[in-house]
Amino acid sequence: MIEILKDIEFEPFLLSFKLAGITTFILFFISLPIAWYLSQTKSKFKPILEAFTALPIVLPPSVLGFYILWSLSFNSPIGAFFQEYFGIKLVFNFTGLVIASCFYSLPFMVQPLQGGLESINKNMLEASYISGKSRFETLFRIAIPNIKPALLTAIIVTFAHTVGEFGVVLMVGGSIPAETKVASVAIYEFVEVMDYTNAHIYSGIMITLSFLTLLGVYMFNGKQKNMLLGKK
Amino acid sequence: MIKIDINKKLHGANGEMDLNVNLEIKEGEFLALAGLSGSGKTTLLRILAGLETASGTINIHNNLWLNDKFCLPSQKREIGFVFQDYALFPNFSVLDNLLYVNKDKELANYLLKMTELEELKNRFPQTLSGGQKQRVSLCRALMNRPKILLMDEPLSALDSNMRTKLQNEILTLHKEFNTTTIMVSHDPSEIYRLANRVVILNFGEIINDGTPKDILLKTKGSQKFSFEGELLDIIKVDVIHVAIVSIGQQLVEVVVSKEEVKNLKIGQKVSLATKAFSPTIQGL
Repeated sequence: MIEILKDIEFEPFLLSFKLAGITTFILFFISLPIAWYLSQTKSKFKPILEAFTALPIVLPPSVLGFYILWSLSFNSPIGAFFQEYFGIKLVFNFTGLVIASCFYSLPFMVQPLQGGLESINKNMLEASYISGKSRFETLFRIAIPNIKPALLTAIIVTFAHTVGEFGVVLMVGGSIPAETKVASVAIYEFVEVMDYTNAHIYSGIMITLSFLTLLGVYMFNGKQKNMLLGKK
Repeated sequence: MIKIDINKKLHGANGEMDLNVNLEIKEGEFLALAGLSGSGKTTLLRILAGLETASGTINIHNNLWLNDKFCLPSQKREIGFVFQDYALFPNFSVLDNLLYVNKDKELANYLLKMTELEELKNRFPQTLSGGQKQRVSLCRALMNRPKILLMDEPLSALDSNMRTKLQNEILTLHKEFNTTTIMVSHDPSEIYRLANRVVILNFGEIINDGTPKDILLKTKGSQKFSFEGELLDIIKVDVIHVAIVSIGQQLVEVVVSKEEVKNLKIGQKVSLATKAFSPTIQGL
Protein backbone atom coordinates (compact mmCIF):
# COMPACT_ATOMS: atom_id res chain seq x y z
CA MET A 1 0.00 0.00 0.00
CA ILE A 2 2.74 2.44 1.03
CA GLU A 3 4.64 1.45 -2.09
CA ILE A 4 1.69 2.51 -4.23
CA LEU A 5 1.26 5.80 -2.39
CA LYS A 6 4.94 6.56 -2.89
CA ASP A 7 4.48 6.32 -6.63
CA ILE A 8 1.65 8.84 -6.81
CA GLU A 9 2.33 11.74 -9.08
CA PHE A 10 1.12 14.88 -7.37
CA GLU A 11 1.74 17.02 -10.45
CA PRO A 12 -1.88 16.74 -11.75
CA PHE A 13 -3.26 17.86 -8.38
CA LEU A 14 -0.85 20.76 -8.18
CA LEU A 15 -1.82 21.73 -11.71
CA SER A 16 -5.54 21.52 -10.88
CA PHE A 17 -5.14 23.75 -7.85
CA LYS A 18 -2.84 26.19 -9.63
CA LEU A 19 -5.36 26.49 -12.45
CA ALA A 20 -8.26 26.91 -10.02
CA GLY A 21 -6.37 29.52 -7.98
CA ILE A 22 -5.42 31.66 -10.95
CA THR A 23 -8.88 31.33 -12.53
CA THR A 24 -10.61 32.32 -9.27
CA PHE A 25 -8.32 35.33 -8.84
CA ILE A 26 -8.92 36.61 -12.38
CA LEU A 27 -12.65 35.85 -12.30
CA PHE A 28 -13.13 37.75 -9.05
CA PHE A 29 -12.04 40.99 -10.67
CA ILE A 30 -13.95 40.32 -13.90
CA SER A 31 -17.15 39.26 -12.11
CA LEU A 32 -17.32 41.95 -9.45
CA PRO A 33 -18.22 44.81 -11.84
CA ILE A 34 -20.66 42.54 -13.71
CA ALA A 35 -22.37 41.42 -10.48
CA TRP A 36 -22.48 44.98 -9.12
CA TYR A 37 -23.99 46.26 -12.35
CA LEU A 38 -26.56 43.44 -12.49
CA SER A 39 -27.53 43.95 -8.84
CA GLN A 40 -28.11 47.69 -9.23
CA THR A 41 -29.48 48.13 -12.75
CA LYS A 42 -33.09 48.44 -13.75
CA SER A 43 -32.18 48.31 -17.44
CA LYS A 44 -34.29 46.21 -19.76
CA PHE A 45 -31.07 44.64 -21.06
CA LYS A 46 -30.41 43.03 -17.68
CA PRO A 47 -32.01 39.65 -18.57
CA ILE A 48 -29.89 39.45 -21.73
CA LEU A 49 -26.66 39.96 -19.79
CA GLU A 50 -27.86 37.57 -17.09
CA ALA A 51 -28.63 34.89 -19.67
CA PHE A 52 -25.19 35.33 -21.23
CA THR A 53 -23.33 34.98 -17.97
CA ALA A 54 -25.38 31.90 -17.05
CA LEU A 55 -24.80 30.14 -20.41
CA PRO A 56 -21.80 28.04 -19.27
CA ILE A 57 -24.04 26.34 -16.69
CA VAL A 58 -26.35 24.86 -19.31
CA LEU A 59 -24.02 24.42 -22.27
CA PRO A 60 -22.29 21.06 -22.67
CA PRO A 61 -18.58 21.60 -21.97
CA SER A 62 -17.88 20.33 -25.48
CA VAL A 63 -19.73 23.27 -27.01
CA LEU A 64 -17.76 25.71 -24.90
CA GLY A 65 -14.53 23.83 -25.59
CA PHE A 66 -15.20 23.76 -29.30
CA TYR A 67 -15.78 27.51 -29.56
CA ILE A 68 -12.81 28.35 -27.38
CA LEU A 69 -10.59 26.11 -29.48
CA TRP A 70 -12.01 27.54 -32.65
CA SER A 71 -11.53 31.15 -31.60
CA LEU A 72 -8.12 30.80 -29.91
CA SER A 73 -6.30 28.45 -32.27
CA PHE A 74 -3.77 30.08 -34.55
CA ASN A 75 -6.12 29.67 -37.48
CA SER A 76 -8.40 32.26 -35.94
CA PRO A 77 -7.74 36.03 -35.95
CA ILE A 78 -7.41 36.18 -32.14
CA GLY A 79 -5.06 33.22 -31.93
CA ALA A 80 -3.04 34.47 -34.91
CA PHE A 81 -2.78 37.95 -33.38
CA PHE A 82 -1.38 36.66 -30.06
CA GLN A 83 0.94 34.24 -31.81
CA GLU A 84 2.34 36.84 -34.16
CA TYR A 85 2.68 39.87 -31.89
CA PHE A 86 3.31 38.35 -28.47
CA GLY A 87 4.51 34.88 -29.42
CA ILE A 88 1.87 33.39 -27.12
CA LYS A 89 0.07 30.20 -28.01
CA LEU A 90 -3.46 30.16 -26.59
CA VAL A 91 -4.39 26.51 -26.92
CA PHE A 92 -2.92 23.20 -25.71
CA ASN A 93 -1.03 24.92 -22.95
CA PHE A 94 -1.68 26.31 -19.49
CA THR A 95 -2.63 29.81 -20.73
CA GLY A 96 -5.37 28.28 -22.84
CA LEU A 97 -6.65 26.36 -19.82
CA VAL A 98 -6.89 29.54 -17.77
CA ILE A 99 -8.84 31.34 -20.50
CA ALA A 100 -11.19 28.39 -20.97
CA SER A 101 -11.71 28.05 -17.22
CA CYS A 102 -12.58 31.74 -16.93
CA PHE A 103 -15.44 31.25 -19.37
CA TYR A 104 -16.48 27.94 -17.88
CA SER A 105 -16.61 29.14 -14.26
CA LEU A 106 -17.89 32.69 -14.82
CA PRO A 107 -21.48 32.06 -13.62
CA PHE A 108 -20.22 30.42 -10.44
CA MET A 109 -18.53 33.65 -9.48
CA VAL A 110 -21.10 36.14 -10.83
CA GLN A 111 -24.26 34.53 -9.44
CA PRO A 112 -23.40 34.32 -5.71
CA LEU A 113 -21.88 37.81 -5.84
CA GLN A 114 -24.95 39.19 -7.58
CA GLY A 115 -27.24 37.45 -5.08
CA GLY A 116 -25.26 38.85 -2.18
CA LEU A 117 -25.22 42.38 -3.57
CA GLU A 118 -28.95 42.24 -4.33
CA SER A 119 -29.73 41.22 -0.77
CA ILE A 120 -28.05 44.30 0.69
CA ASN A 121 -30.45 46.84 2.17
CA LYS A 122 -30.73 49.51 -0.55
CA ASN A 123 -31.13 52.21 2.08
CA MET A 124 -27.68 51.37 3.36
CA LEU A 125 -26.14 52.01 -0.04
CA GLU A 126 -28.17 55.20 -0.38
CA ALA A 127 -27.02 56.32 3.06
CA SER A 128 -23.48 55.95 1.78
CA TYR A 129 -24.15 57.98 -1.38
CA ILE A 130 -25.78 60.69 0.71
CA SER A 131 -22.68 60.69 2.91
CA GLY A 132 -20.83 61.85 -0.19
CA LYS A 133 -19.26 58.52 -1.12
CA SER A 134 -18.92 57.39 -4.74
CA ARG A 135 -20.36 54.13 -6.05
CA PHE A 136 -16.85 52.68 -6.14
CA GLU A 137 -16.12 53.53 -2.52
CA THR A 138 -19.58 52.30 -1.48
CA LEU A 139 -18.95 48.97 -3.23
CA PHE A 140 -15.64 48.38 -1.49
CA ARG A 141 -16.31 49.83 1.95
CA ILE A 142 -20.00 49.06 2.46
CA ALA A 143 -21.27 46.44 -0.01
CA ILE A 144 -18.43 43.90 -0.06
CA PRO A 145 -17.76 43.81 3.71
CA ASN A 146 -21.44 43.09 4.25
CA ILE A 147 -21.70 40.12 1.89
CA LYS A 148 -18.90 37.99 3.36
CA PRO A 149 -20.83 34.69 3.15
CA ALA A 150 -21.74 35.31 -0.50
CA LEU A 151 -18.16 36.35 -1.21
CA LEU A 152 -16.76 33.19 0.31
CA THR A 153 -19.34 31.03 -1.47
CA ALA A 154 -18.45 32.66 -4.79
CA ILE A 155 -14.71 32.17 -4.33
CA ILE A 156 -14.88 28.62 -3.05
CA VAL A 157 -17.49 27.39 -5.50
CA THR A 158 -15.57 28.89 -8.41
CA PHE A 159 -12.38 27.30 -7.14
CA ALA A 160 -14.03 23.93 -6.60
CA HIS A 161 -15.83 24.04 -9.91
CA THR A 162 -12.59 24.76 -11.74
CA VAL A 163 -10.82 21.92 -9.92
CA GLY A 164 -13.66 19.66 -11.02
CA GLU A 165 -13.83 20.67 -14.68
CA PHE A 166 -13.04 18.01 -17.23
CA GLY A 167 -14.59 18.37 -20.66
CA VAL A 168 -13.38 21.85 -21.47
CA VAL A 169 -9.84 21.28 -20.21
CA LEU A 170 -9.54 18.09 -22.16
CA MET A 171 -10.64 19.82 -25.37
CA VAL A 172 -8.64 23.01 -24.98
CA GLY A 173 -5.63 21.62 -23.16
CA GLY A 174 -5.31 18.01 -24.14
CA SER A 175 -3.28 15.96 -21.71
CA ILE A 176 0.27 17.24 -21.67
CA PRO A 177 2.02 16.15 -18.45
CA ALA A 178 2.98 19.05 -16.17
CA GLU A 179 1.32 21.50 -18.58
CA THR A 180 -2.35 20.64 -19.07
CA LYS A 181 -2.83 17.24 -17.45
CA VAL A 182 -4.97 18.16 -14.47
CA ALA A 183 -6.30 15.69 -11.89
CA SER A 184 -9.62 15.04 -13.61
CA VAL A 185 -7.91 14.27 -16.91
CA ALA A 186 -5.40 12.02 -15.14
CA ILE A 187 -8.24 10.01 -13.58
CA TYR A 188 -9.90 9.66 -16.98
CA GLU A 189 -6.68 8.25 -18.40
CA PHE A 190 -6.26 5.78 -15.54
CA VAL A 191 -9.75 4.47 -16.17
CA GLU A 192 -9.10 4.26 -19.89
CA VAL A 193 -6.06 2.05 -19.35
CA MET A 194 -7.94 0.14 -16.63
CA ASP A 195 -5.53 1.18 -13.86
CA TYR A 196 -8.27 1.15 -11.25
CA THR A 197 -5.93 1.31 -8.26
CA ASN A 198 -4.61 4.70 -9.23
CA ALA A 199 -8.05 5.85 -10.37
CA HIS A 200 -9.32 4.98 -6.89
CA ILE A 201 -6.51 6.80 -5.13
CA TYR A 202 -6.83 9.94 -7.26
CA SER A 203 -10.62 9.96 -6.99
CA GLY A 204 -10.44 9.39 -3.24
CA ILE A 205 -8.11 12.35 -2.83
CA MET A 206 -10.43 14.52 -4.95
CA ILE A 207 -13.51 13.53 -2.92
CA THR A 208 -11.77 14.20 0.40
CA LEU A 209 -10.40 17.59 -0.64
CA SER A 210 -13.71 18.71 -2.16
CA PHE A 211 -15.69 17.60 0.86
CA LEU A 212 -13.37 19.39 3.29
CA THR A 213 -13.52 22.60 1.26
CA LEU A 214 -17.32 22.61 1.11
CA LEU A 215 -17.58 21.69 4.79
CA GLY A 216 -15.40 24.69 5.61
CA VAL A 217 -17.63 27.02 3.57
CA TYR A 218 -20.86 25.83 5.17
CA MET A 219 -19.41 26.01 8.66
CA PHE A 220 -18.17 29.56 8.09
CA ASN A 221 -21.45 30.70 6.53
CA GLY A 222 -23.46 29.18 9.38
CA LYS A 223 -21.32 31.09 11.87
CA GLN A 224 -21.70 34.36 9.94
CA LYS A 225 -25.47 34.00 9.79
CA ASN A 226 -25.69 33.34 13.51
CA MET A 227 -23.53 36.38 14.16
CA LEU A 228 -25.83 38.56 12.09
CA LEU A 229 -28.85 37.21 13.94
CA GLY A 230 -27.15 37.88 17.25
CA LYS A 231 -26.88 34.19 18.25
CA LYS A 232 -23.72 32.65 19.66
CA MET B 1 -34.42 79.90 1.28
CA ILE B 2 -35.30 76.56 -0.24
CA LYS B 3 -37.48 76.61 -3.33
CA ILE B 4 -39.02 73.39 -4.55
CA ASP B 5 -41.19 73.19 -7.63
CA ILE B 6 -41.32 69.66 -8.90
CA ASN B 7 -43.49 67.26 -10.78
CA LYS B 8 -43.30 63.51 -11.13
CA LYS B 9 -45.64 60.82 -12.38
CA LEU B 10 -46.01 58.04 -9.83
CA HIS B 11 -47.38 54.56 -10.26
CA GLY B 12 -48.46 53.79 -6.75
CA ALA B 13 -50.84 51.41 -5.09
CA ASN B 14 -53.65 53.87 -5.83
CA GLY B 15 -53.00 53.85 -9.57
CA GLU B 16 -51.35 56.65 -11.54
CA MET B 17 -50.87 59.93 -9.77
CA ASP B 18 -49.11 63.22 -10.29
CA LEU B 19 -46.79 64.41 -7.57
CA ASN B 20 -47.00 68.16 -7.83
CA VAL B 21 -45.24 70.13 -5.14
CA ASN B 22 -44.50 73.82 -4.97
CA LEU B 23 -42.95 74.80 -1.65
CA GLU B 24 -40.78 77.49 -0.16
CA ILE B 25 -39.01 76.67 3.07
CA LYS B 26 -37.18 79.18 5.23
CA GLU B 27 -33.74 78.44 6.61
CA GLY B 28 -33.93 76.77 10.00
CA GLU B 29 -37.57 75.77 9.59
CA PHE B 30 -38.78 72.40 10.91
CA LEU B 31 -41.36 71.18 8.46
CA ALA B 32 -43.50 68.10 8.99
CA LEU B 33 -44.88 66.26 5.95
CA ALA B 34 -48.07 64.39 6.68
CA GLY B 35 -50.80 62.70 4.67
CA LEU B 36 -52.15 59.28 3.84
CA SER B 37 -49.88 56.43 2.78
CA GLY B 38 -49.12 56.61 -0.90
CA SER B 39 -49.60 60.36 -1.10
CA GLY B 40 -46.02 60.94 -2.22
CA LYS B 41 -44.29 62.02 1.00
CA THR B 42 -41.39 59.60 0.83
CA THR B 43 -40.97 60.20 -2.89
CA LEU B 44 -40.70 63.94 -2.28
CA LEU B 45 -38.00 63.29 0.31
CA ARG B 46 -36.13 60.99 -2.06
CA ILE B 47 -36.30 63.55 -4.85
CA LEU B 48 -34.82 66.14 -2.49
CA ALA B 49 -32.08 63.68 -1.60
CA GLY B 50 -31.28 63.07 -5.26
CA LEU B 51 -32.21 59.40 -4.99
CA GLU B 52 -34.99 59.81 -7.54
CA THR B 53 -35.40 62.11 -10.49
CA ALA B 54 -38.24 64.49 -11.25
CA SER B 55 -38.95 67.36 -13.60
CA GLY B 56 -38.98 70.89 -12.26
CA THR B 57 -36.51 72.84 -10.17
CA ILE B 58 -34.98 72.64 -6.72
CA ASN B 59 -33.00 75.61 -5.48
CA ILE B 60 -31.25 75.54 -2.13
CA HIS B 61 -29.83 78.81 -0.81
CA ASN B 62 -29.26 79.90 -4.42
CA ASN B 63 -27.56 76.63 -5.35
CA LEU B 64 -29.25 74.78 -8.15
CA TRP B 65 -29.91 71.11 -7.34
CA LEU B 66 -32.32 70.27 -10.09
CA ASN B 67 -33.68 71.66 -13.31
CA ASP B 68 -34.66 70.17 -16.64
CA LYS B 69 -31.06 69.78 -17.79
CA PHE B 70 -29.23 69.21 -14.58
CA CYS B 71 -29.49 67.02 -11.50
CA LEU B 72 -26.92 67.35 -8.75
CA PRO B 73 -25.96 63.85 -7.55
CA SER B 74 -26.78 62.85 -3.96
CA GLN B 75 -23.09 62.79 -3.13
CA LYS B 76 -22.78 66.54 -3.65
CA ARG B 77 -25.98 67.74 -2.03
CA GLU B 78 -24.66 67.85 1.55
CA ILE B 79 -27.80 66.52 3.15
CA GLY B 80 -28.55 64.30 6.08
CA PHE B 81 -31.07 61.50 5.71
CA VAL B 82 -32.58 59.46 8.53
CA PHE B 83 -34.17 56.26 7.28
CA GLN B 84 -37.08 54.54 8.98
CA ASP B 85 -35.05 51.31 9.17
CA TYR B 86 -31.91 53.18 10.36
CA ALA B 87 -29.73 51.83 7.49
CA LEU B 88 -26.62 51.72 9.68
CA PHE B 89 -23.47 50.09 8.34
CA PRO B 90 -23.21 46.72 10.15
CA ASN B 91 -19.48 46.38 9.43
CA PHE B 92 -18.62 49.56 11.36
CA SER B 93 -18.80 50.40 15.05
CA VAL B 94 -21.08 53.23 16.20
CA LEU B 95 -18.21 55.72 16.09
CA ASP B 96 -17.00 54.50 12.70
CA ASN B 97 -20.53 54.81 11.29
CA LEU B 98 -20.26 58.52 12.07
CA LEU B 99 -16.65 58.89 10.95
CA TYR B 100 -17.45 57.24 7.62
CA VAL B 101 -19.35 60.40 6.66
CA ASN B 102 -16.75 62.83 7.89
CA LYS B 103 -13.51 62.30 9.76
CA ASP B 104 -14.35 65.04 12.27
CA LYS B 105 -13.77 63.14 15.54
CA GLU B 106 -14.64 66.11 17.68
CA LEU B 107 -18.08 66.50 16.10
CA ALA B 108 -18.70 62.74 16.31
CA ASN B 109 -17.89 62.65 20.01
CA TYR B 110 -19.96 65.77 20.63
CA LEU B 111 -23.01 64.26 18.90
CA LEU B 112 -22.60 60.94 20.72
CA LYS B 113 -22.35 62.77 24.02
CA MET B 114 -25.49 64.79 23.31
CA THR B 115 -27.48 61.65 22.52
CA GLU B 116 -26.03 59.68 25.46
CA LEU B 117 -24.34 57.18 23.17
CA GLU B 118 -20.77 57.78 24.32
CA GLU B 119 -20.57 54.51 26.22
CA LEU B 120 -21.74 52.57 23.18
CA LYS B 121 -19.38 54.08 20.65
CA ASN B 122 -17.33 50.92 20.15
CA ARG B 123 -20.36 48.65 19.88
CA PHE B 124 -21.64 47.32 16.56
CA PRO B 125 -25.14 48.20 15.30
CA GLN B 126 -26.48 44.61 15.61
CA THR B 127 -26.05 44.81 19.38
CA LEU B 128 -28.10 48.01 19.83
CA SER B 129 -31.79 48.49 20.58
CA GLY B 130 -34.09 50.20 18.07
CA GLY B 131 -33.97 53.52 19.89
CA GLN B 132 -30.19 53.44 20.13
CA LYS B 133 -29.89 52.59 16.44
CA GLN B 134 -32.09 55.50 15.47
CA ARG B 135 -30.01 57.87 17.60
CA VAL B 136 -26.86 56.68 15.83
CA SER B 137 -28.62 57.18 12.52
CA LEU B 138 -29.59 60.72 13.53
CA CYS B 139 -26.04 61.53 14.61
CA ARG B 140 -24.67 60.10 11.38
CA ALA B 141 -27.05 62.27 9.36
CA LEU B 142 -25.71 65.37 11.11
CA MET B 143 -22.04 64.49 10.60
CA ASN B 144 -21.67 66.41 7.33
CA ARG B 145 -23.33 69.50 8.83
CA PRO B 146 -26.16 69.16 6.30
CA LYS B 147 -27.94 71.99 4.53
CA ILE B 148 -31.17 70.04 4.96
CA LEU B 149 -31.97 67.17 7.27
CA LEU B 150 -34.51 64.75 5.80
CA MET B 151 -36.21 62.23 8.05
CA ASP B 152 -38.55 59.53 6.77
CA GLU B 153 -40.82 58.45 9.65
CA PRO B 154 -37.76 58.23 11.88
CA LEU B 155 -39.57 57.18 15.05
CA SER B 156 -42.46 55.09 13.77
CA ALA B 157 -40.79 51.77 14.61
CA LEU B 158 -40.25 52.70 18.27
CA ASP B 159 -42.48 52.42 21.33
CA SER B 160 -44.11 55.54 22.72
CA ASN B 161 -41.67 56.13 25.60
CA MET B 162 -38.66 55.89 23.34
CA ARG B 163 -40.43 58.11 20.83
CA THR B 164 -40.90 60.89 23.38
CA LYS B 165 -37.27 60.63 24.47
CA LEU B 166 -36.04 60.82 20.91
CA GLN B 167 -38.38 63.68 20.06
CA ASN B 168 -36.66 65.65 22.81
CA GLU B 169 -33.26 64.78 21.40
CA ILE B 170 -34.29 65.76 17.89
CA LEU B 171 -35.53 69.06 19.28
CA THR B 172 -32.29 69.67 21.18
CA LEU B 173 -30.21 68.88 18.11
CA HIS B 174 -32.40 71.09 15.96
CA LYS B 175 -31.92 74.01 18.33
CA GLU B 176 -28.19 73.37 18.51
CA PHE B 177 -27.51 73.13 14.77
CA ASN B 178 -30.51 75.03 13.42
CA THR B 179 -30.61 72.65 10.45
CA THR B 180 -33.53 73.09 8.08
CA THR B 181 -35.46 69.89 8.60
CA ILE B 182 -38.16 68.04 6.70
CA MET B 183 -39.71 65.10 8.53
CA VAL B 184 -42.36 62.67 7.35
CA SER B 185 -44.62 61.80 10.27
CA HIS B 186 -48.09 60.45 10.95
CA ASP B 187 -48.13 61.25 14.64
CA PRO B 188 -49.94 64.52 15.48
CA SER B 189 -48.30 64.84 18.90
CA GLU B 190 -44.89 64.37 17.35
CA ILE B 191 -45.63 66.99 14.71
CA TYR B 192 -46.96 69.39 17.33
CA ARG B 193 -43.89 69.01 19.53
CA LEU B 194 -41.24 69.23 16.84
CA ALA B 195 -42.45 71.11 13.80
CA ASN B 196 -43.26 74.76 13.27
CA ARG B 197 -44.98 74.08 9.99
CA VAL B 198 -47.07 71.22 8.61
CA VAL B 199 -47.70 70.39 4.99
CA ILE B 200 -50.39 67.83 4.23
CA LEU B 201 -50.08 65.89 0.98
CA ASN B 202 -52.97 64.08 -0.61
CA PHE B 203 -52.61 62.17 -3.89
CA GLY B 204 -49.50 64.13 -4.70
CA GLU B 205 -50.99 67.59 -4.08
CA ILE B 206 -50.53 69.89 -1.12
CA ILE B 207 -53.96 70.28 0.46
CA ASN B 208 -52.99 72.09 3.63
CA ASP B 209 -50.05 74.19 4.77
CA GLY B 210 -49.78 76.03 8.07
CA THR B 211 -48.80 75.87 11.72
CA PRO B 212 -49.38 72.58 13.55
CA LYS B 213 -51.87 74.29 15.88
CA ASP B 214 -54.03 75.60 13.04
CA ILE B 215 -54.01 72.37 11.11
CA LEU B 216 -54.02 69.67 13.75
CA LEU B 217 -56.48 71.06 16.32
CA LYS B 218 -59.83 69.58 15.39
CA THR B 219 -62.20 71.51 17.68
CA LYS B 220 -64.72 73.77 15.99
CA GLY B 221 -66.79 76.68 17.38
CA SER B 222 -67.71 76.21 21.03
CA GLN B 223 -66.43 72.63 21.16
CA LYS B 224 -64.27 72.09 24.23
CA PHE B 225 -62.59 69.08 22.71
CA SER B 226 -63.08 66.85 19.78
CA PHE B 227 -61.54 63.48 18.97
CA GLU B 228 -61.60 61.31 15.91
CA GLY B 229 -62.02 57.63 16.47
CA GLU B 230 -63.43 54.38 15.15
CA LEU B 231 -66.80 53.06 16.26
CA LEU B 232 -66.13 49.51 17.43
CA ASP B 233 -69.47 48.39 18.81
CA ILE B 234 -72.90 49.50 19.97
CA ILE B 235 -74.25 47.61 22.99
CA LYS B 236 -77.85 47.78 24.19
CA VAL B 237 -78.00 48.07 28.00
CA ASP B 238 -81.60 48.02 29.28
CA VAL B 239 -83.18 51.05 27.63
CA ILE B 240 -80.04 52.86 26.54
CA HIS B 241 -77.36 52.18 23.91
CA VAL B 242 -73.64 52.42 24.64
CA ALA B 243 -71.18 53.05 21.81
CA ILE B 244 -67.62 51.80 22.19
CA VAL B 245 -65.21 54.10 20.40
CA SER B 246 -61.49 53.59 19.93
CA ILE B 247 -59.54 56.85 20.13
CA GLY B 248 -55.82 56.58 19.72
CA GLN B 249 -54.77 53.74 21.99
CA GLN B 250 -57.81 54.06 24.29
CA LEU B 251 -61.37 52.77 24.29
CA VAL B 252 -64.20 54.98 25.58
CA GLU B 253 -67.91 54.42 26.18
CA VAL B 254 -70.49 56.97 25.11
CA VAL B 255 -74.23 56.82 25.68
CA VAL B 256 -76.15 57.28 22.44
CA SER B 257 -79.87 57.66 21.80
CA LYS B 258 -82.01 55.32 19.71
CA GLU B 259 -82.14 57.87 16.87
CA GLU B 260 -78.40 58.34 16.87
CA VAL B 261 -77.86 54.58 16.64
CA LYS B 262 -79.75 54.54 13.33
CA ASN B 263 -77.23 56.89 11.78
CA LEU B 264 -74.14 55.07 13.01
CA LYS B 265 -72.42 52.12 11.42
CA ILE B 266 -69.98 49.89 13.25
CA GLY B 267 -66.50 50.36 11.83
CA GLN B 268 -67.09 53.91 10.64
CA LYS B 269 -64.98 56.92 11.60
CA VAL B 270 -66.66 59.16 14.13
CA SER B 271 -65.84 62.36 15.88
CA LEU B 272 -66.46 62.65 19.57
CA ALA B 273 -66.90 66.15 20.97
CA THR B 274 -68.38 67.89 23.97
CA LYS B 275 -69.54 71.46 24.51
CA ALA B 276 -71.25 71.88 27.86
CA PHE B 277 -68.66 70.57 30.25
CA SER B 278 -65.37 72.01 31.26
CA PRO B 279 -62.79 69.27 30.77
CA THR B 280 -60.48 68.70 33.69
CA ILE B 281 -56.84 67.84 33.24
CA GLN B 282 -54.66 66.00 35.71
CA GLY B 283 -51.09 64.82 35.60
CA LEU B 284 -50.57 61.06 35.69
